[in-house]
Amino acid sequence: MTADVRWAQAWMRETAARIAQHKAELSELDREIGDGDHGENLNRGFTALVGKLDELTSEPTSVGEILKLAATTLMSTVGGASGPLYGTAFLRAAKATEKPELDSQDVVAAIEAALGGLILRGKAAVGEKTMIDAWTPALEAATAAHEAGKTPAEVLRAAADAAAQGAEATIPMKATKGRASYLGERSVGHKDPGAASTALILESAAQTVN
Amino acid sequence: MGAHVSLVLVSHSEKLAEGGRDLAAQMAPGVRIEVAGGLEDGSIGTSFDRISGAIEDAAGFSESDSDQELRDVVVICDLGSAILSTEAVLEFLPAELEGHVFMADAPFVEGTIAAAVEAHGGSDADTVLNAANATANTFVASHPPHAPHDAGSVDADGAITKTLKIKNALGLHARPAAVLARLIAGFDAKVTLNSVNGASVIEIMKLGLTGGQEVQVSATGAQASEAVTAVSDAINGGFGEL
Repeated sequence: MTADVRWAQAWMRETAARIAQHKAELSELDREIGDGDHGENLNRGFTALVGKLDELTSEPTSVGEILKLAATTLMSTVGGASGPLYGTAFLRAAKATEKPELDSQDVVAAIEAALGGLILRGKAAVGEKTMIDAWTPALEAATAAHEAGKTPAEVLRAAADAAAQGAEATIPMKATKGRASYLGERSVGHKDPGAASTALILESAAQTVN
Repeated sequence: MGAHVSLVLVSHSEKLAEGGRDLAAQMAPGVRIEVAGGLEDGSIGTSFDRISGAIEDAAGFSESDSDQELRDVVVICDLGSAILSTEAVLEFLPAELEGHVFMADAPFVEGTIAAAVEAHGGSDADTVLNAANATANTFVASHPPHAPHDAGSVDADGAITKTLKIKNALGLHARPAAVLARLIAGFDAKVTLNSVNGASVIEIMKLGLTGGQEVQVSATGAQASEAVTAVSDAINGGFGEL
């Protein structure tokens, strides 16, 4: 499957499945440094998204349409801060992908737009133990892959691997944003749940394309 | 005449949003207040759809008469992700609403009441927003009321001052404070109660005056005398609670 409209739907469904599978683990991460609802919240959001995809009567004509549907659904059903954060990320990415199929450069543009939205909304920077610490290396890796002439599938694989490493790299960080910041030094030693869910989302993107 | 500015209350809780509207509606019945509380299924959270719907309704954007002028909207949020969600809604607002929607940076209850009372008086969006934002220091200890002096005197600076005893047992709580603030805002005069701005419902509430305590009303301006008389009548009337 190339990075087209069908892929976008498969990506979202795969994400929903992975979030459901890792729901308890995400909430557990969140319980350690937050309020323990990240897994349940995202699961509610992506489950609602799958319901909306099932209800689609006509085939969407652009990747952006799917991402926009994801954005508005997540923002209205997730409930916690990750709703507007991922919602903004997907909505920004949707604006960058108003075409039926993405090339490598489009994939980079989508990740860049998503990260831009997160930075704006979350007012966080790299190294503050947030999902931005997964998206930033993902963008760097995607950009490098695109510049090396890789396919969209290879670009997404590079982004997913970098996001997973980025999520692991949040473990020794001290949180200064969000609820985890209330813990200060005690947030050190735990993976950030937002970075962990970002890794799942990008891994799903890479898994469903080839 | 009437309110030009509508309010939107965004809360994680449907009940809290509706409660805020009930409270504000009692003090400022002429203001259109839309709520966006909780998720679609009634659970705790904030919903992009609910917030954007409430803002569009409050602005009059979704009404069938498209020629109708859009109202300005002041949005008051409760906690962190309500603010994030509202910021996201504002980012993706229909172009027609640009410049019509403003987010308050205020405590939910106090900001709502102050904004509603200000809007009820027909103020513009900036003034309503400022009234809400000015409540941010509500929890900073206010000065104790200083000793009032002679009743009905005219100061050296021309202020008419009168000392009154609060008649109703509950004193200047939310509803009477709103009544006074609205009354005072209607006069061409600058009126203070124990030195705080009498046109501000929150300032009056912060005085914490209860039945039997004294309050010093002071006014300057063209209608100073009328304003003091009106305030005096209202306080002596006990706000219907005697």
